[in-house]
Amino acid sequence: MNKIIILFAAIVTLGFMAFTNHSGGVYKTNTGNINFFSHTAVEDIAADNHKVKTAFDAKTGKLQFSVLIKDFEFPKALMQEHFNENYMESTTYPKSTFTGTIDKMSAVNLAKDGTYKSTISGKLTMKDVTKDVSTIATFVVKGGVVNAKASFTINPTDYHIAIPKTVAPKISNEIKISVDADYTHDTK
Amino acid sequence: MNKILILLFLIATSRLCVAQDLDLLDEPEVKTTDYTTATFKTNRVVNGHSIETVAKNEFDFKISHRFGFLSGGPYDMFGLDQATMRIGGDYGITDNLNVGLGRSTVDKTYDGFVKYKFLKQSTGVTNMPVTATWISHMGITTLKWPQPDRKNYFSSRLHYTHQLLIARKITEGLSIQLSPTVVHKNIVDSTKFKNDIFSLGLGVRQKLTTRTTLNLEYYYVLPNQLEADKTNVLSVGFDIETGGHVFQLFFTNSSGPFEKAFITDTKAKWLDGNIRFGFNIARVFNF
Repeated sequence: MNKIIILFAAIVTLGFMAFTNHSGGVYKTNTGNINFFSHTAVEDIAADNHKVKTAFDAKTGKLQFSVLIKDFEFPKALMQEHFNENYMESTTYPKSTFTGTIDKMSAVNLAKDGTYKSTISGKLTMKDVTKDVSTIATFVVKGGVVNAKASFTINPTDYHIAIPKTVAPKISNEIKISVDADYTHDTK
Repeated sequence: MNKILILLFLIATSRLCVAQDLDLLDEPEVKTTDYTTATFKTNRVVNGHSIETVAKNEFDFKISHRFGFLSGGPYDMFGLDQATMRIGGDYGITDNLNVGLGRSTVDKTYDGFVKYKFLKQSTGVTNMPVTATWISHMGITTLKWPQPDRKNYFSSRLHYTHQLLIARKITEGLSIQLSPTVVHKNIVDSTKFKNDIFSLGLGVRQKLTTRTTLNLEYYYVLPNQLEADKTNVLSVGFDIETGGHVFQLFFTNSSGPFEKAFITDTKAKWLDGNIRFGFNIARVFNF
């Protein structure tokens, strides 16, 4: 009798472990790229962050991003300082996150090389302000690597990013955010 | 036996708990070193240098004015009728190594310096409590010789200043700098006075908004080194940063825009109302 109970318990345990082990379906990277671009007649401003952490769950379509603000690199050192000090206040708000879903996850066949599209929708948090964001992403599956590209625009004032009048002509109120990440299967 | 069962169930359920709180990015943060930036808005506190350096291939063009005494009253437009000025700039050979040149109206002085930031305040993998910068200045006064008939040596025109600048950004708003300084004058008026003058500078900056700061700077000259009529320099200023420019507006009792002048040649006293208004304008150009 006891043996049966142990066996049963073992099966249940292993079952749970298998069920809760997401390694089967999680794709991730720590070196995703986010670029932002602000265009005005006076000046174009661009910066890149090559240390973006992002992952998605191939079963549920859940998608996450985590971005350290201070990892954005600018061509000019002074711009980077002002971005962190004055606009993003990155000591107070070090991180920006996105949590959402790949709406048509089932349409993206990760086992077959090809190009797939899906809408992405979710919540973007910056400077403690959370807003809904949605866009269309392109997934290119090739040899087990999933490249995802998407872009959308945000208005800095939505995220309490104060822009003084004197520099207002240099900073667009439609900042283009471009995301480019190569996901690989998380085998851990 | 029951213990094993409980253990197994515990393992199973604990995995479930993790699963319910699904976070795909649940890996522990990779430890990195986080370097402190923007301890000061610019590479000057008020008169003296801060630990900040300009970045590689950037040129920080500086114009500094110190007007006459506020105590001059309306007749002198509270000092605006007179001014001493320095025009010069700092250039970044690397992010940490800077050189600078300037020309001041005070004693028709040319000055040059080499500045190197050799410690950076950081947290994380490398923990460093302070940022430290070394700066060596040389000045050449080019006034006509007061006694042209006697034998005059070019070396008499030279003076040097060496400073160790140590600063800590204590909070996001508050930074403090200590600046042990030695000024060397090749020539002094009398053997009673020292050629090497030791002093200790104190700089404090407090952010008022993200773009403005209140700065305080004081240089304490150790006693029995200078003429009795000399006094220590005290300055209070505001930094206003507008993107490419930093405007530093300040009140000080020195007219000297370089180290030897404001540390060892200051005579005016705050308590007598002999305070000057002044400003530094810094504009950074990229190459």
